[in-house]
Amino acid sequence: MQAFLAVFKRELKSYFTTPIAYVFLVIFLFFSGYLTFKQGFFEMRQADMRAFFLNMPLLFIFMVPSAAMRLWAEERRVGSIELLFTLPITITQAVLGKFFAAWLFLAIALALTFPMVITVCYLGEPDIALIITGYLGCLLTAGGFLAIGCFFSVVSKNQVISFVLSVVACTILVFAGMPTTLSYLSTFLPAHLVSAIENMSFQTHFESIQNGLLQFKDVSYFVLLIAGWIVAGSILLDRTKAG
Amino acid sequence: MIEVKELRRSFGPIVAVDDISFEVEKGQVLGLLGPNGAGKTTAMRMLACFLKPDRGTATVCGYDILRQSVEARRSLGYLAENSPAYSEMTVGGVLNFVCDARQIKGNDRKRALDRIVPMCSIESVYHQTIETLSKGYMRRVGLAQALIHDPQVLILDEPTDGLDPNQKYEVRQLINNMSKDKCIIVSTHILEEVEAVCSRTIIISKGRILVDSTPQQLKEEYNCGLDEVFRRITRTEFG
Repeated sequence: MQAFLAVFKRELKSYFTTPIAYVFLVIFLFFSGYLTFKQGFFEMRQADMRAFFLNMPLLFIFMVPSAAMRLWAEERRVGSIELLFTLPITITQAVLGKFFAAWLFLAIALALTFPMVITVCYLGEPDIALIITGYLGCLLTAGGFLAIGCFFSVVSKNQVISFVLSVVACTILVFAGMPTTLSYLSTFLPAHLVSAIENMSFQTHFESIQNGLLQFKDVSYFVLLIAGWIVAGSILLDRTKAG
Repeated sequence: MIEVKELRRSFGPIVAVDDISFEVEKGQVLGLLGPNGAGKTTAMRMLACFLKPDRGTATVCGYDILRQSVEARRSLGYLAENSPAYSEMTVGGVLNFVCDARQIKGNDRKRALDRIVPMCSIESVYHQTIETLSKGYMRRVGLAQALIHDPQVLILDEPTDGLDPNQKYEVRQLINNMSKDKCIIVSTHILEEVEAVCSRTIIISKGRILVDSTPQQLKEEYNCGLDEVFRRITRTEFG
């Protein structure tokens, strides 16, 4: 636990001791607001945050890999991975320490969108439970994207390559569940395969949580997805850390 | 304290370390000598549990590097070839991170820092970020993190590389002072360093041990200086 906390603390601090955190937060907050109002926040004439949550997966496709790409690629490029793994720290502790630090950083970014909640509460009487499940869905989606980003950060020492691969993987997992994609797939794939693809997509589970339905199948999808990518990243890191 | 048994590691078709075996006891300073690409760094990385061997194993303070890797790493201090560290962190930040990872807390941490910072002469750069340090200071910070928990076993990969003559002298003095209570492995190209600090020398080339002796014995046996001994042994091997 101590080793996990050491990595966690170091990683979280490193976001704020470099300009990364500030650049990330400014861009994220700007686009989350811009997309909300572009979506027709005022035109809807409803005191809710649907317009805000609707575009979050699309924003995360670019923002989360940018926060994740440095996690292992930078360690391997600079060589600090040699310092890290000659300390009494296991691969699992290091991977989880970095993952949770980055996840907390993304949670901080989400928390800083609180003016949106205040605005909605000022304008009307929104369903608070719906807002809470909306944020939970965003946090789980960010965790899923982050686990994918962590994996691709292990794949290459080059941060740009890690970023591009993560964006592609996240895009596939989001767009696979879009109605247009599913209707196209249903023209040549059997119904059970289309349904399987739909269930593998982020979008389906994200939307389900956005509607206020906190179902076991949706939460377990995100938990399994995060665990799967983290385990895959750990195995790969163990093989390639000295490469 | 260190027991190496038929350690082997290859990278694709290149065999970096080829079935090496040796033991190092407490109070010994072993100099690992060899030309570039001889396998010194690979052997040290395996002993520091950073690289896994393809075959064979080793024990550090009785802990197997494969099965008890964390315990082995807890009991050793390792200085890597280029003293890699986190460039955005301050020297103090890096040392505190190492203390966190090694579970050195409270008064123990204060004592460890009070001991190691002046010992490695890094007081003046304690609040500076790693990226602003010269190569010499980077080396000293690397040495400080390797020594902070006062380990029984020290593995130092070219510890005086990049240091000026005064700093080299200080580091050699430091190694000599610690040598009585510790087991130390030093890799180097600098033969005067072997004479200054090592009680035993292993010359390796192409991953294999060619000679395991003391610097004094080598000089007597070949009836010449260590430079010439090194040339003769490694040239024969290359020839």
